[in-house]
Amino acid sequence: MEKIIEQTRTQVKADPMLPFTMKVKKHFWETEDTFTIILEPDEEKEKGFHFKPGQFNMLYKFGLGESAISISSDSSKTSSIAHTIHKVGYVTSALSQLKKGDVIGVRGPFGSSWPVEEAKGKDVIFAAGGIGLAPLRPALYYIFKHRKSYGRVVLLYGSRSGLDMLYRVELEEWEKKHDIEILITVDRGDSSWRGNIGVVTNLFQTIKIDARSTLAMVCGPEIMMKFTIDELRKSGLSEKSIYLSMERNMKCAVGFCGHCQYGPNFICKDGPVFNFSHVKKIFDIWEL
Amino acid sequence: MEDLSGILKQHPFIEDLSEEYVKQITGCASNVVFHENDIIFKEGDKAEKFYLIRTGKIALEFNGRDKGMIRIETIGPGQMLGWSWLVSPNKWHFNAHVIEDVRAIAMDGECLRKKCENDPKMGYEMYKRFSLLLEQRLQSTRIQLLKAITNT
Repeated sequence: MEKIIEQTRTQVKADPMLPFTMKVKKHFWETEDTFTIILEPDEEKEKGFHFKPGQFNMLYKFGLGESAISISSDSSKTSSIAHTIHKVGYVTSALSQLKKGDVIGVRGPFGSSWPVEEAKGKDVIFAAGGIGLAPLRPALYYIFKHRKSYGRVVLLYGSRSGLDMLYRVELEEWEKKHDIEILITVDRGDSSWRGNIGVVTNLFQTIKIDARSTLAMVCGPEIMMKFTIDELRKSGLSEKSIYLSMERNMKCAVGFCGHCQYGPNFICKDGPVFNFSHVKKIFDIWEL
Repeated sequence: MEDLSGILKQHPFIEDLSEEYVKQITGCASNVVFHENDIIFKEGDKAEKFYLIRTGKIALEFNGRDKGMIRIETIGPGQMLGWSWLVSPNKWHFNAHVIEDVRAIAMDGECLRKKCENDPKMGYEMYKRFSLLLEQRLQSTRIQLLKAITNT
């Protein structure tokens, strides 16, 4: 009997449309409208959640609905996973109310991942706008873990204001511990803000890029990504050296429903991480 | 001690300018230092100079009246501060507020304008650089506008 139950559980887990349950281990606010939840397996036997940097999960608030959320934790730590979530709609608002011990449904991990292996031996530029730092964080963790395999690592991060910045304490730690150059800018700052003010593309004026051996990973609002890619191209980076993470309204997460169709691609299945050369032709079509 | 033309050549705005032109514009240049909280220029003042920033940071501020002083951009090492000296009515549109001690080269706008008029080839070379800077500023303003409109 135990064997049958175990087999059934395996089948259930293998069905990408069926959620499994996870328990909220921790919930905290990163900014006024963005929070992080750390989830752990609900059942003792289901230890270990494996994913690749850049992948996402469908988080299911029972009775309300699902939302596609990137995983923002370290992929080498499989006993719990983190999601950093911007409170914008019904589901994310409900997720923001979760408390320690609450149980939610999870499907995943889904989608493509950041090219952390391909980037080995190269300089890496991360460009993040707002919540876009969350999907990039697992790739940063991966690189920190294998720091000697990479050249120069630069993070360009833009947020609306100093108070809207994610992972503030961690950013300081990363710079001290992991040989990474971090340049931050905000859209607006009052007299207490001592850092840069301006759009993230302005930061390119202050760094020198060796285009032949650099790979860039970009995530943020599409407007930010468009202009960031322009800057990277101006610096001499080839289209193939640029990766970006796209976001659309995802439903099934496995390419059946078509909600997240993006030209010939489905963001959930073929993305969310794309090589820019693959989406270049459709990237400027704003209706898509 | 390093002479002024040597310091000028290290600045990205000047670095690939010919030796002859650097020599000419050095006559319009002076070394300046500003301290934290200094106001380099104020909105509405006559714009007579521009600054090639070597170190430090300056915030461009705008008096948002009932919204208080709004900082819209910062200028740092390797960048240039000020282009209002170039176009009539030569008035500053913002305050330039020092937020980290600044070392810079101040360029006298009128002196440079005269030199450019006397040597149109050099003038063209300089104006190409200013156009690039204006294009960068216009582009950042457009992105800021897009971000504000789309609330991203």
